[in-house]
Amino acid sequence: MTFLVLTSLAKIIGIVFLIILPMVSYAVYAERRVSALIQDRLGPNRVGPAGLFQPIADAMKFILKEDFTPANVNGFYYWLAPCLAMVPAIMTIAVVPFGSTLFGVPMVIADINVGVLYVFAIASLGVYGIVIAGWSSNSKYPFLGGVRSSSQMISYELSLGLAVIPIFLLVGQLRLTNIVQYQIDHGWMIAPFIGHWSDGWKWLLAIPMFISFAVFTIAIFAETNRLPFDLPEAETELVGGYHTEYSSMKFALFFLGEYAAMITGSAIIVTLFLGGWHLPVPWWNHAHGFHWLLINGSLGGWLGVLGGLFNIFVFFAKVTLLLLCFIWVRWTLPRFRYDQLMRLGWVFFFEIALVNIFLAAIIVAYLPK
Amino acid sequence: MAITVRRPNLSWSEKVYLPAIFSGMAITFRHLKNMLTGRTKVTMQYPEQKWDSHMPDHYRGAPALVKDEKDRVRCVACQLCEFICPPRAIRIVPGEIPSGNRFAKVEKFPEEFDIDMIRCIYCGMCEEVCPEQAIFLRKDYAITGYTRGEMVHDKEKLIEIGGVMHGLVLKWNEKK
Repeated sequence: MTFLVLTSLAKIIGIVFLIILPMVSYAVYAERRVSALIQDRLGPNRVGPAGLFQPIADAMKFILKEDFTPANVNGFYYWLAPCLAMVPAIMTIAVVPFGSTLFGVPMVIADINVGVLYVFAIASLGVYGIVIAGWSSNSKYPFLGGVRSSSQMISYELSLGLAVIPIFLLVGQLRLTNIVQYQIDHGWMIAPFIGHWSDGWKWLLAIPMFISFAVFTIAIFAETNRLPFDLPEAETELVGGYHTEYSSMKFALFFLGEYAAMITGSAIIVTLFLGGWHLPVPWWNHAHGFHWLLINGSLGGWLGVLGGLFNIFVFFAKVTLLLLCFIWVRWTLPRFRYDQLMRLGWVFFFEIALVNIFLAAIIVAYLPK
Repeated sequence: MAITVRRPNLSWSEKVYLPAIFSGMAITFRHLKNMLTGRTKVTMQYPEQKWDSHMPDHYRGAPALVKDEKDRVRCVACQLCEFICPPRAIRIVPGEIPSGNRFAKVEKFPEEFDIDMIRCIYCGMCEEVCPEQAIFLRKDYAITGYTRGEMVHDKEKLIEIGGVMHGLVLKWNEKK
């Protein structure tokens, strides 16, 4: 019992303070550098080598700025909203397996059997931060941002939820570690080249999985308020959107909460569709010929430790790649108009996800055991 | 009368706008790649790299008073620049040159000559109007200070910026 509590604490502190929070601040840095490179600029390159200390300077600035509360806001909710923006994003990461095992300890904070349901339940709370911020600010632009956010949420949560159902049809469980284990045994959901890679059924199944992946990823874009779906904070229309009235660290919490939600969203996508922490290594020896080598923490001695660390590295490398895609999309696509967004959510993605469930169900029904 | 603007007829591929999205992403990726491989020319890194050596001779930087070869401040305090200055940045207090002086026939010299660099618009009218070739716009452009007072260039500062100018008309040659 003590061991469980201690290791969980170590994992929580390690994942939140050593990985997620630095990743959040460097995601902001990456956003600024990549956007600059895309626009033929250089971006922040002054603080430290190649501007690498810029996030620290930004944090200092945010902490030292005056924390101004406008006179006519609803004080309690005004203070609650930034916390609600940040907390769900970090809480969601608790069920995501971010590595195999390290010193025999499974690298997931809470391996609960309702995995994905927990993710949806908690991640949807993030929208309350935005709505409450918009409402409590007592100002028309934040209010509009909050209203937009709530209607955007209901039009995307549906397809978000429906898009993952094919996975559960296939795996039969909600526990995220089992979904990763399934992908290790049978190949990644959208790229099943592990195991019998010439098996035609697996590749047929990859078609609905890929549709799921596309719908889910786009829904995550909307869920995290990223362009092209950043209507709640559309600068050109709503001044700053829901955080117009916020300043200093409270604003920073909204800002960082968005990036934390992005990281969590990417982690979920990686876990569900891209094989989680698993990266097969092509290997060849005389006994077995060519085969995929599974690296995890179950190997003996220091090899196991290295394997465990390698898995964690692979997981966050995949998350980083997805984050770069998020940034890339943001600096390419313009914002959707509001009615276009609703149409996309209700008329296209909802239907695509529904039909996709049937498609997956038919294939799974005829899948030879 | 209401004019109906005809909507453009979009083709099927334009309606699904996926091709447009992918070509847009290809464009941004190309820009990213060209930046990373150093093929794109980027802006000059200002404080480290400066454009000073490429500055043209007609560049209009900070106005300054010049001395001639005989180490005389060429200004005769005629105050034309003070009058012409559009933002009224110049303030001159004229003084009389004592009779024993080598340049006594010049009669006047500026006791004080202040240019408020917060007001100066670098128009070059002072240089244009000066009958004595005494005030020139030099190439200094980074004029900074912590207070308003620091931004007022007094006579010493102006002469320091101006330095000695060679090859000017020697109007006040004492031998003439």
